Amino acid sequence: MNEGLRTPEGGRIDRSRVVHFSFDGRAYTGVAGDTLASALLANGVHLMGRSFKYHRPRGVLASGAEEPNALVAVRRDAARYTPNLRATQVELYEGLEAHSQNRWPSLAFDLGAVNDLLAPFIPAGFYYKTFMWPRSAWQSLYEPRIRAAAGLGRAPTEADPDRYASRYGHCDVLIVGAGPAGLAAAAAAAASGARVMLCDEQNEFGGSLLAADPHGATAIEGRPAAQWLKQTLAALGSNARVTLLPRTTAFGYFPHNLLGLNERLTDHLADPHPEVPRERQWQVRAREVVLATGAIERPLVFPGNDRPGIMLAGAARTWLNRYAVLPGTRAVVVTACDEAYPVALELQGAGVFIASIADVRGPEDGPWAAKARAAGIPVLTGATVLGTAGRRRVNSILLARLQDGEPSDTQTQPCDLVLMCGGFTPSVHLFSQSRGKLLWDEGLQAFLPGTPAERARSAGACRGVFALGAALADGAAAGAAAAREATAAARTGVCPSGAAATPAVQPAAGGGAGFAGALPQPAGARGRAFVDWQNDVTTRDLTLATREGFRSIEHVKRYTTTGMATDQGKTSNLNALGIVSRALGKAIPEVGLTSFRMPYTPVSFGGFAGPARGELFDPVRTTPMHEWARAQGAVFEDVGLWKRARYFPRGAEHMHAALGRECLAVRNACGIFDASTLGKIEVVGQDAVTFMNRLYVNAWTSLAVGRCRYGLLLRDDGFVYDDGVVARVSENRFHVTTTTGGAPRVLAMMEDYLQTEWSDLKVWLTSTTEEWAVIAVQGPNARAVLAGLVDIDLAAAALPHMSVAPGYICGVPMRLFRVSFTGELGFEVNVPADFGPAVWEAIWDAGQAHGITPYGTETMHVLRAEKGYIIVGQDTDGTVTPDDAGLGWAIGKNKPDFVGKRSLARPAMTSPQRRQLVGLLTTDPQTVVEEGTQVMAQAGARAPARALGHITSSYHSAVLGRSIALGLVAGGRARTGQTLYVSIPGGEVPVEVASPVFYDPQGRRLHA
Amino acid sequence: MLLIDCPYCGERPEPEFVYGGQAHIARPPQPAQATAQQWADYLYRRDNTRGVHAERWRHTHGCGRFFNALRDTTTDHFLATYRLGEPVPTAAATVRR
Repeated sequence: MNEGLRTPEGGRIDRSRVVHFSFDGRAYTGVAGDTLASALLANGVHLMGRSFKYHRPRGVLASGAEEPNALVAVRRDAARYTPNLRATQVELYEGLEAHSQNRWPSLAFDLGAVNDLLAPFIPAGFYYKTFMWPRSAWQSLYEPRIRAAAGLGRAPTEADPDRYASRYGHCDVLIVGAGPAGLAAAAAAAASGARVMLCDEQNEFGGSLLAADPHGATAIEGRPAAQWLKQTLAALGSNARVTLLPRTTAFGYFPHNLLGLNERLTDHLADPHPEVPRERQWQVRAREVVLATGAIERPLVFPGNDRPGIMLAGAARTWLNRYAVLPGTRAVVVTACDEAYPVALELQGAGVFIASIADVRGPEDGPWAAKARAAGIPVLTGATVLGTAGRRRVNSILLARLQDGEPSDTQTQPCDLVLMCGGFTPSVHLFSQSRGKLLWDEGLQAFLPGTPAERARSAGACRGVFALGAALADGAAAGAAAAREATAAARTGVCPSGAAATPAVQPAAGGGAGFAGALPQPAGARGRAFVDWQNDVTTRDLTLATREGFRSIEHVKRYTTTGMATDQGKTSNLNALGIVSRALGKAIPEVGLTSFRMPYTPVSFGGFAGPARGELFDPVRTTPMHEWARAQGAVFEDVGLWKRARYFPRGAEHMHAALGRECLAVRNACGIFDASTLGKIEVVGQDAVTFMNRLYVNAWTSLAVGRCRYGLLLRDDGFVYDDGVVARVSENRFHVTTTTGGAPRVLAMMEDYLQTEWSDLKVWLTSTTEEWAVIAVQGPNARAVLAGLVDIDLAAAALPHMSVAPGYICGVPMRLFRVSFTGELGFEVNVPADFGPAVWEAIWDAGQAHGITPYGTETMHVLRAEKGYIIVGQDTDGTVTPDDAGLGWAIGKNKPDFVGKRSLARPAMTSPQRRQLVGLLTTDPQTVVEEGTQVMAQAGARAPARALGHITSSYHSAVLGRSIALGLVAGGRARTGQTLYVSIPGGEVPVEVASPVFYDPQGRRLHA
Repeated sequence: MLLIDCPYCGERPEPEFVYGGQAHIARPPQPAQATAQQWADYLYRRDNTRGVHAERWRHTHGCGRFFNALRDTTTDHFLATYRLGEPVPTAAATVRR
């Protein structure tokens, strides 16, 4: 073992299992139970990263999730490369390969550190002031350069090959945090028989107990703490109603007690099984929540407080007691509360020389000063820190007292370790995310949970109950109360009851208030004191912001970026608040607090995506004939979730040629088209015709059984909502078709009116979209193709245009529609979906003698546009009335009411200047204008100029040998024959207003 | 993600539901007789409540039925859910649950 700073015994590590790893290409060893940070410290490595802006050398500050400095990348291979991990949370495994970030060419020698010398010129907001001119340079020069220089870490270069699972969880009591309070809560809740889930972000449960001095006098329920921990975990582990989730971060608190948990399953393993997901994302709905999230130690803000070797006192205790690592050999402790004293004594016991304890309180001694002095440690009260020295590791600290702003008792202490303790900030992140109110506690100098907004209670250090005994009792009480509340017989709903409110906290003995802000400095002091380590924000940046007029903490935050790094200011926010509060002369609660937002710590994208990637990203809907189209080489397009064949290219044929060929085939012979995606709703019941009369604009009473009608559906505001052919299959049964995209919303609208306005009607609605395969056979030869396959007389007299007949095709039951969306003689064969492919093949075979050609949606669009048939949503946009679209003829004139009728009587709806659907023909027949282009009255119009309307559909028509377009134009029908102007790339072209029906206006082909 | 107590099915997560706007807005029984103002009010005028709001939900991916709910828009807490045709629960009947 070459970890020279490992103590010979103690710690929660296994010295017999040596683990090899590398950091920046250099080989090291650690032992089982280490984190990357503890193993590096055991090897004497403190320099673990470079800061974001100034590229200053940085060591590890904390020992957990709050670590701002030691951000590393862990690489397993090119695809498995995770940046910005906190070395304090990376569990060591055999062969682990870690890299430092934000440095070039190396961590020890980083050219970016030139920024540190430029620091006086690049304070907060410098880029807002500096990169102002020339204005054009921002996009071309400044922003790209700044973006290249900014950012932490880099993304992996290949797609993530790992699996991620997602899971829903339900429980009576979810406990977040498995420290003393959380464990006590879990034990109490489990004892009452409740279903309990307990999660903790660390690999081991125990929280602060894991860092406790094993030789200390701490006893729980008469047992040594370690024994209590082991026995409590064993009892919980053997309880089938308790789920224990280690390595699981509760990252978000969502309404109605839904919490997001990120469980990391394989990141700590040297050789993960490929079948095991890397992470599992839980969505847990808990009846009651107990937050036992602990507290985070606060650093002190003094000049030079960011050198490697300067760390939180509690972190040093963790390195010593949990990982058996000496974080230094000669230490100076700077503290604002009592908790640092026992740490100093424990380190001294392990062989670290404690050069001095500088207590910023005073000048009187606190309760611990005598003990420290008795142990031979000098204590300087009323102290401040004037500066530190040391490039890649601290080597001395300058302590002093301040008398009227003048330093006295100045002393330089050589050291390789500085421990800070500014007090403890309760972790109220989740409580605040749940919209619970926070209250400022002056005595504790902390924001504490106030009234919860959810069925949640906080316990232990996260609500200011710091002392071990009190935290245990607090946790047990919270766990028992939560279980009682969760399992109460009368309990329903999710709102917090009055009883769930957390009572006010009595500050517990030993929970020192600490210090929020910057340590006092002599006038004119020049050193830089860091507040936010990760974003390199100093006290001067914050006071500069207040001098420049920023008053709200939310603005100060954004101007200086304090608290905006990946750690979200876990160690910095309260100190920043203290500094701003002093600069503004306002109390901390008046300055306010920035919002806590999820995630508590970064969560991988993979965890959120879960299995929803690749083919499972979104559901895909395919028609029964999908495989046939694919085999034919169809090009598909997405229409909602549907895959629809767009066209069927032959060989190397490109789209334009394919469309022309398919269009002419339908016009001259026969086309076959898969219309299965059409929405279909069966409207059934003795009041079906009444329902249809009230809903659709058309007159349905007069529609005979066996006939169809073009149905038009408006919203009550009078605008076109959907359309489709409606067939009266029998007296009380309508087969309603809708647009492909409109099917769900039309059904929802029908249900809405039926359930809420006309609940007296006896009508039943069923979505039958996927029940039917629909095969459209269109063209002059369509009758000949189908004649030999069906048991129905297809003669025009027997089955005229717009009729429907039941029958059989190839022995399969069928509803045969004679309808057309192409303007040609056409049929739509509806058969049960499972028979679709077979019937399609039969029609295909029969059609071979008649020139049958498959066509897709793009051809369908051209064919319908040649006939002036609208597509709702393309030629309409939610502001189009039936008359605007030229569909006024569809309205049943004698009906007293239908949805939208009253609105059509409003004056604005009948204005002759409304935009009306017209045809537009370019003077040059080969010019196809773009859909969406504005239509102008005059040539050469310049902004601001009012457009008359816009192009809604535009195609090249093969059968007409020219371009055609539809558009909505103000007073359009009265402009027939006029020349208007449409812009095209590089200019504009004249268009003539025409009828929207370009082909066969008499409809002879339709009725053939 | 809210937890919504469908009066027909019980508590279900929000993705099973579709919001239906403000509740208790009846369509005028004879729209042709409605004045322009009455009709415009029916179409467009909605409360923008800060506090308890009566609103419609549909359990689209469940029983398919519409129902009404009282929700506090400041907290997202449901005070009550009730079936169509039932009166708005009074304050006494809507003990915060």
